[in-house]
Amino acid sequence: MRLERRERVPALALVAAPVAAILAALSLCSILIALAGASVLAAYGTLLNESFGGRLGITETLTRATPLIFTGLAAAVAFRARFWNIGAEGQFYMGAIAVAALGSINFGLSPMMEIPLLLVCGALAGACFIAGPAILKVQFGVDEVVTTLLLNFVAILLVSLLVEGPMRDPLSFGWPQSEPIIDTAVLPHLVERSRLHWGFVLALLAAAAVAFLHARSVFGLSTIAVGLSAPAARHAGIKVERVLIMAALGSGMLAGLGGAVEVMGLKGYVTTDLSPGYGAAGVIVAMLASLNPLGIVPAAVFVAAMFVGADAMARAHGVPSFIADVIVATSLLSMLVALFLAEYRVRR
Amino acid sequence: MTEFLDIVLAASFWAAALRIATPLIFGTLGALLGERSGVLNLGIEGIMTAGAMTGWLAVYLGAPLWMGLLAAACVGALVGLLHAGLTVQLGLSQHVAGLGITLFASSLSWYIYRLSVPSSGSPPKITPFAPVHFPVLSDLSWIGEALFRHTAPTWLALVLVAGVAWGLWRTPLGLALRMAGESPQACEAQGVSVFGLRTGALMAGSALMAVGGAFLTTAAFDSFYFTMIQGRGWICIALVVFASWQPGKALLGAILYGMFDAFQLRLQPLVPEIPYQLFLMMPYLLSIAALVLVSRRASVPQALMVPYRKGER
Repeated sequence: MRLERRERVPALALVAAPVAAILAALSLCSILIALAGASVLAAYGTLLNESFGGRLGITETLTRATPLIFTGLAAAVAFRARFWNIGAEGQFYMGAIAVAALGSINFGLSPMMEIPLLLVCGALAGACFIAGPAILKVQFGVDEVVTTLLLNFVAILLVSLLVEGPMRDPLSFGWPQSEPIIDTAVLPHLVERSRLHWGFVLALLAAAAVAFLHARSVFGLSTIAVGLSAPAARHAGIKVERVLIMAALGSGMLAGLGGAVEVMGLKGYVTTDLSPGYGAAGVIVAMLASLNPLGIVPAAVFVAAMFVGADAMARAHGVPSFIADVIVATSLLSMLVALFLAEYRVRR
Repeated sequence: MTEFLDIVLAASFWAAALRIATPLIFGTLGALLGERSGVLNLGIEGIMTAGAMTGWLAVYLGAPLWMGLLAAACVGALVGLLHAGLTVQLGLSQHVAGLGITLFASSLSWYIYRLSVPSSGSPPKITPFAPVHFPVLSDLSWIGEALFRHTAPTWLALVLVAGVAWGLWRTPLGLALRMAGESPQACEAQGVSVFGLRTGALMAGSALMAVGGAFLTTAAFDSFYFTMIQGRGWICIALVVFASWQPGKALLGAILYGMFDAFQLRLQPLVPEIPYQLFLMMPYLLSIAALVLVSRRASVPQALMVPYRKGER
C-alpha cells in the first residue's frame, strides 16, 4: 500500500472534508453521551434546538461565534506563513485589557471617534504581545510555539494582577473585575432584545478583509510562498523574515481585536475568565476551514453552537458540558485526517 | 538578604525543589524520547492531564497506587499511539496534530472525571504515596529531610534519567532511535523501520508524560483539579531545548526550575507589597529566557518535525 499526492485537490473535497469530519466527531462522541446514560438522539436534539432553534438560540450562537471568528482568523493568518502562533488566548486578553483600561476613562469623545480608536488600541495591544515571540523567532530561531504558549499564562496572570490591583472596580464588592467601560465605548446591539452586537459585523468584515488580502495582495501571496517553502521564497527574492514578522503581527492584531470586541460589545469589563479557551478554539476553527478566511465564519458558528448547546444538554440530560470540548477537539483530529485523504490517494 | 539565606538553607526548600521537579523530569524525558526520534509531541499537556486523571481515578476506584501509575502509563501510551498514527503514519503537521491531541486528551479526561465523580464543593481525596523511609539516611537531621524523604515515584524518575541516557547512547536501539531523528533515509537504508521506531518512541515517551501527570495526583497532591497541569507540559517542551536533547541536562534543568519555583513560593509571603502574580509569572518568563540563551548553540535533531514518507524526499 502506498500513498500518492494528488496532482490537485478536488474543490468538492475541501467542502466535503469538514462536513465528514464533523459527522465523524459527532458519531464518535455519541459513545460518550451513551456512557453518561442519556439518549443520544434526544441529547443532540437538545443541543441543536438550543443553539439554532428560535431567535434567542441563533443570536446566542452568533454572539459566541464572534470572538471565535477573530481568533480563527488570527490562527489562519499566522499558520499560512507557517508561523505557529498558539498564543491567541494571551493576545486576546491583551486587547481586552487595553480596551478596558482606556474605555473606562471619559475623554469626552463621540462614539464615532471613541469606538474606532479603542478597536485600534486593542489590535495594537495584541500585536505588541506577539512582537516578542516574532522577534525571537526571526532573530534567534527560538521556537514560537513554546514562547507563545508560555506567554498565554503570563497574559492571564497580568490580567489577574491588573483587575485585582490598579484596575479593580471599587463597586464590584471585592470581586476581581475591571471598571466597566463608558457608554460611548459600547458597541451597539445588532438585534433588539438579544446579546448580539455589531462586533459580529466587524468579525465578518475582518474575514472579508483577510480573504481579500490573501487572494489579491502581494503580502498575501508572499505569506503563502513562505508557508509553502521558506528557502524557495527566499530564492524568489521574498524577504522571509519580514513576511514572518508581518504575518505574526497581523495575527496578534486580529486576536487583540477579538478581545477588544468582546469587551466593547458583550462584557463591558474584564475578568480572568473572559475567554473560555477562545485561543485554542481558534486553532480548531482555522483548521476546520482549511485556513480559508471565508470558511472560518461557518466553522466558528459550528464551534460556537456546540458550546451554546452543550450547557442545555448538560441541564436536560445530565451529560457533562465538557462534551462540547470533546466534540470540538475530536472534529479537529478527524478534520486533519479528512484533509489528508483529500490531498493523498491510497494506491495498492 | 538573611531572609534569602534562610529560604535556601531550609531543608524543606531542597525537598520541595525535587518534588516540583519530579513531574517535569518525567515529562521532559518523554518529550525528549519523541524528539530524538524526530517527532515533536505537543500533546504533552493533554497527556499529562490524562495521566493525572487516570492515575487518580484508578486509585479512587480501589486500585493500589502502583496500579494507578501503570494505568496512567497505559493511557499515555495509547494517546501516544494516536499521535503516532497522525504524525508518523500520515505525516501530518506535528504542531497542529499535537495541539489537537492536547485538546482531545484534556477535554476527554475532564469529561470522564465529571462523569465518574459528581460535582461537589471539595474534590474527593485518595491516600497518596508516602515518603520512602531509608534506615539511618532518612533520620539524619538536615540531609535526611532535604534529600531522603521523597516518595517512590521521585526515585523512579531519577533512575529513569540514567536509564534513558544509557539506552540512548549505549544500546543499538538507542542508536537507531537517534538515527531516525537525524536521518530517516539512512535509517531506512540500514533496514530499520523509521515508522516503527518513531511510533515506539512516541508511545514510550507519552507513557512517561502520563506518569508525570499521575505523580501530581497520587504523590504531590491527593485529588484531581481541572487546571492541574498549568502549563507544566509546555515547560517540559522548553526544558528539552534547554537540555540540548540530553537526559542529564534535562534533569539539571528540571531541578533548576524546581529550585526557582520553590524559591519564589517562599519569597511571596516575605514581600507582600509585590503582587503575587509577578512571582507566578517568573517561571514562564524564565523558561523563555533560557530558550533564548541556548538558542545559539542548540543541536536540534536534524529531522525533527520533518515527516518521513517512504520514497518521498
